[in-house]
Amino acid sequence: MSQGEIFIVVFITAIILVSAALIIAWLVSPRSTNEQKGEPYECGIPTRGTSWMQFKVGYYLFAILFLMFDVETVLLFPWAVIMKSLGVVGICSVLFFLFILVLGLAYAWKKGALEWK
Amino acid sequence: MLELDKLVALIQTFLSDNIQIEWLVKLIEYVLIGVCFLALYAVLALILILLERKICAYFQCRLGPTRVGPWGLIQPIADMVKILLKEIIRIDKTDKILFKVAPFIVIMGSFCTFGALQFGKGVGGVDFNVGLFYMIAISSLGVVGILLAGWASNNKYTLIGAMRSGAQLVSYELSAGIALLTMVVLSGSLQLSDIIEGQAKAWYIFQAPIPALIAFVIYLIAGHAETNRGPFDLPEAESELTAGYHTEYSGIQFGFFYLAEYLNMFIIAAIATMVFLGGYQPFQINADWAEGFNNIMAYIPTWAWFFGKVFGLVLLSLWVRWTFPRLRIDQLLKLEWKILMPISLVNLLFMTVWVLIFD
Repeated sequence: MSQGEIFIVVFITAIILVSAALIIAWLVSPRSTNEQKGEPYECGIPTRGTSWMQFKVGYYLFAILFLMFDVETVLLFPWAVIMKSLGVVGICSVLFFLFILVLGLAYAWKKGALEWK
Repeated sequence: MLELDKLVALIQTFLSDNIQIEWLVKLIEYVLIGVCFLALYAVLALILILLERKICAYFQCRLGPTRVGPWGLIQPIADMVKILLKEIIRIDKTDKILFKVAPFIVIMGSFCTFGALQFGKGVGGVDFNVGLFYMIAISSLGVVGILLAGWASNNKYTLIGAMRSGAQLVSYELSAGIALLTMVVLSGSLQLSDIIEGQAKAWYIFQAPIPALIAFVIYLIAGHAETNRGPFDLPEAESELTAGYHTEYSGIQFGFFYLAEYLNMFIIAAIATMVFLGGYQPFQINADWAEGFNNIMAYIPTWAWFFGKVFGLVLLSLWVRWTFPRLRIDQLLKLEWKILMPISLVNLLFMTVWVLIFD
């Protein structure tokens, strides 16, 4: 049996697990509605306005930094696998690659992007 | 002895001998695989919930659940039945589709990662040749589910919880990824069975003691943060955000987030076990005088080694959870970006040099 087939089986099992539990719950759980029940749970008084609003820009900065380093990790994985056969040339090129990235991190650090204000 | 791979082979030959139709054999095998994973997933969740409640109770000088069954053994089953019987409350202002999709994505992320673990010699799930990479990739599906849940609920608590959780998970994923990358440099393979077989003589943590130990500690911290627990539980900080991103979920829909959280704890411990502590490999001493000791260790079945190590790490995670106070979000991000991240990058280079010198 190939690995891809097992993956598909596992994937479908996950969907079946969630759907089956939802269907069972839908069959056996009680249901009742009233106006207050459908309101967002906050602190007791009615919610003002929508909650789909602007949030702090700091999260966005960290997301961008994450993107940079995540792509870096993706690029480093193939190198890590064949590191032993690449030898010194491979290490030097990766050192250069890392140097540029660390430069980026240092720049972000110096600019204060890593501070939470 | 008590190895499971013979049982698997036995079932396979039994099926192909007794049923002539090829597609039926395949279908039965598929169903068996699905049922096995489902059962293991559910049973582990029950064990983890009971362990958590009992051990947390002992940490706080309480007794924990004692009423349902002896020593509270049936408590998690009672919990599960109760959660199934609870009403799923419909909130008017939610984004109806995304609200329902979020638990699916969270469970899918954790179940597909779970499906790639190697539980014992020859007994494991998906064993891709890019196995470790696959695990990192698919386990980050959980972030998407959490962000969707928080956003779709249309509630201020959930939005703040989801945003904090997103920032925390993506940040700590980096050092976790680089810590695993460090070990890939040592192993030279991404396939999980290869990585584990490479540790037959000595676990990786003993093969390259200094860099591997640093990577191990970094992975444990980052992994702990990725499960949203312990000192890093500010996405669902009860005292400030009610319950964080799953405030609006009720009944079994909440149960899915709960389930995924517990299983993620197990999965993080299992990945740490497979990559650093030799997975299902027994503890061996590489010396002539230790032959008898090695034989005794090898006598213990491989799956017992795997689960023993994993539950050891789970216990460590619970201990950490009840020892340290919750971090603030600026401390959390500082810990990751200014401390763990530079250390793990330097450690990667250190490991490279180590491998070049000693191999």
